[in-house]
Amino acid sequence: MEIPYTIDDRPDTGLYNAKLGIWLFLASEVMLFGALFSTLVLLRTGADYWPHGYEKLNVPLATINTFVLIASSVTMVMSWASLRLKDFRKHRLYLWLTFLCGLGFMVIKGIEYGTKFSHHLYPSTDNFYATYYTLTGLHGLHVVGGMVVILYLLLTGSRMWQSQPERFTNRIEVVGLYWHFVDLVWIFLFPILYLL
Amino acid sequence: MSVPEKQPAAVAEHHGHHEEPFWKKYIFSQDHKVIGLQYGITALFFLMFGFCLMLLMRWQLAFPGKPVPLLGGLASMSRLFIYGALLILAIAAVYLLRGRATGAVRGLAVAVVTLASVFLFVTLVARLLSDANAPGGIILPEFYNQLGAMHGTIMVFLAVVPLLVGAFGNYVLPLQIGAPDMAFPKLNMASYWCYLPGGLVMLMSFFVPGGAANSGWTSYPPLSNIATQGQTWWLFGMVLLITSSLLGSVNFITTVFQLRAKGLSFMRLPFFCWAQLVTSFLLLLAFPPLEAAGILQLADRLLGTSFFMPSGLVVSGQVLDVAGGGSPLLWQHLFWFLAHPEVYVLILPAMGIVAEVIANNTRKPLWGYKAMVYATIFLGFMSFIVWAHHMFLTGMGTSISAFFQTTTMIISVPSVVILTALLISLWGGSIRFNTPMLFALAFLPMFGIGGLTGLPLGLAPSDIHLHDTYYVIGHFHYVVAPGTIFAIFAGIYYWFPKFTGRKMSEALGKLHFWPSLIAINCVFMPMFIQGLAGVSRRLYDGGQQYAHAQEVLHWNAFMSAGAYMLLLAQIPFIFNFFWSMRRGEKVGANPWQATTLEWAAAPSPPVAHGNFPQVPVVVRGPYEYSPPDEDVEFLPQHTPQQA
Repeated sequence: MEIPYTIDDRPDTGLYNAKLGIWLFLASEVMLFGALFSTLVLLRTGADYWPHGYEKLNVPLATINTFVLIASSVTMVMSWASLRLKDFRKHRLYLWLTFLCGLGFMVIKGIEYGTKFSHHLYPSTDNFYATYYTLTGLHGLHVVGGMVVILYLLLTGSRMWQSQPERFTNRIEVVGLYWHFVDLVWIFLFPILYLL
Repeated sequence: MSVPEKQPAAVAEHHGHHEEPFWKKYIFSQDHKVIGLQYGITALFFLMFGFCLMLLMRWQLAFPGKPVPLLGGLASMSRLFIYGALLILAIAAVYLLRGRATGAVRGLAVAVVTLASVFLFVTLVARLLSDANAPGGIILPEFYNQLGAMHGTIMVFLAVVPLLVGAFGNYVLPLQIGAPDMAFPKLNMASYWCYLPGGLVMLMSFFVPGGAANSGWTSYPPLSNIATQGQTWWLFGMVLLITSSLLGSVNFITTVFQLRAKGLSFMRLPFFCWAQLVTSFLLLLAFPPLEAAGILQLADRLLGTSFFMPSGLVVSGQVLDVAGGGSPLLWQHLFWFLAHPEVYVLILPAMGIVAEVIANNTRKPLWGYKAMVYATIFLGFMSFIVWAHHMFLTGMGTSISAFFQTTTMIISVPSVVILTALLISLWGGSIRFNTPMLFALAFLPMFGIGGLTGLPLGLAPSDIHLHDTYYVIGHFHYVVAPGTIFAIFAGIYYWFPKFTGRKMSEALGKLHFWPSLIAINCVFMPMFIQGLAGVSRRLYDGGQQYAHAQEVLHWNAFMSAGAYMLLLAQIPFIFNFFWSMRRGEKVGANPWQATTLEWAAAPSPPVAHGNFPQVPVVVRGPYEYSPPDEDVEFLPQHTPQQA
């Protein structure tokens, strides 16, 4: 007896299993980042002195990173859409682009961190940097996690396209949902950390 | 343990499954039934271990400064014996699980496994009493703190929740909804394989320098921030356990929404499934804030941040060299944001089990099924906005206190609705007083005491007097121990025939139930007396130094005697559990004449991969017992209506 609705939608919920699963997972992620954002609000409002983000952090670099990540979300959608149109070559092109954008984001993030470290600004410096490093660090881990899965789907995971094309398309959609969420977290992080 | 996997050859062939290799069948299994049993066995071990920590504490409370008897000699025994016993145990266990042994050789192997397991378990507990923890067998205050913190952690996160959700949820839920397995079998396996390392990290933390976490199960900073490295292990273990429960809850919710059998609408779900569904939502949404808090505390401890460290903190006369500016209260908010919903994680599945057992043994439908379902959903929502009633003494302001005491009074209503519905369900039933039913019946007054004694704690004025006294300990233990753990026992006796195809002994079951019921009340009832007299919790000497405690001090020995009686009362259960696996009375698919799918539509034990010989189609509600105008005693959920 096979597990039903791994590929097709269940009529009454309109979802296949993995799609519901990823939405639930993202709900828990909202609570995780929500708790961390609350932490930032609580510490900042309770502090005697809290610097503005733009005074301490590299806004131009972060702005570039914002566009890199938004671009990666666009290519992610294109990658899935190409698959729906049965254009596997285009799908691979866009998925590689997504991966490279993710990589680019992490490299820029690395440069940002490196500069801070060279000025002896560490998580232990004060709670401004503590929240900055924790929030961006955790977000960075999520980006890396997404990149690992994307790389898997580009390499060995892509064989599924031959055997179960619909299931493979679903996988790309699910990874896409996750990728957009990670993007969205950054869209919140950028103004709150860098601009306020 | 091997029994549930055995299938008649014909069934196995019919489904075209080959014999799987040992490691795939028992260790890295993706079958929800095997994973459920893995969870169950592991969690029962932790339940016993957590209980032993409490026994050590109760010795210290009753006889402060006296060496722990019996175990002292074992503490200093050579490690070679332990490694030897481990090796022998592993060989004998693998030999047995392969299932080829017969006759006297088999009996010998069983005896070896039994002896080695008991020896190793006792040695594990005895080794806690090392010279650093208990020189000469006398428990040091630092060690007492470890025992307290780890008893709570282990009981909640490693024993009770894994039993309720990991074991019963995993095994029974897919069967009750007519699903072939969980929606994501690989995630299910990963969930267990995060849980087990999480548990092992917690166990190992006892043996690192400074011992295990010793800042209470709540791990309040700044105390926990400056605690010994056991706290880092605790945090790391918690991250693993949270990941495990996250994977589990995604799986459970998806399974209920996506894999219900044809015709099984939400209002036809057995109440147990509803309880598991709401519980999973609580785990899914309440645990991440604690994970965030755990990450922040790890950062505080390892990276030197000050999320929870206030400015100018002085420890042992020295100002700590940290940036400061953090908020210890932040941890409390994040912690209780999980830990209050966690209380409902501990109680809802227990109510689910009790509801199944009561409906089955009163032979009539649950009274107010829909009210129970709506109450459960409402309770789930409300549980997210009551957390700060644990923090009335933190000086957070009267208006916030007023808000949280109001929500707390509101949340008691749905709990009472469920309990009342269960109680009224008994009315007019021809009750079968078998062992599962006895435990389920005892749950009602025990949980009632636990719940009602919570009300004074939910009101800020009375909480100020009672906060952190033994009254609190009595209150939540009535909810969790004779409440939830009795429900777990009810579940074990009730579903054991489904797991193994055999019933547990009724006589031994009653020998387990009655002494347990008496002993557990001897342990917890006097706590209310001590607490009302003002005796604080977490006191290493049980309150000997306090003048106001003298009047009620004599209860300490009484409670400890109750605890040791409780230990003795578990021996019939442990024997019954293992003995009945092979020797219990053989039963068919549906020994309790139950209506729900796991009994009515699947063999005992269910088919190895896929559960059901034929895909069930549901045609009616879950508890059609003694239907009027029918000449049958019960109508299973899936059979067509009799003419």
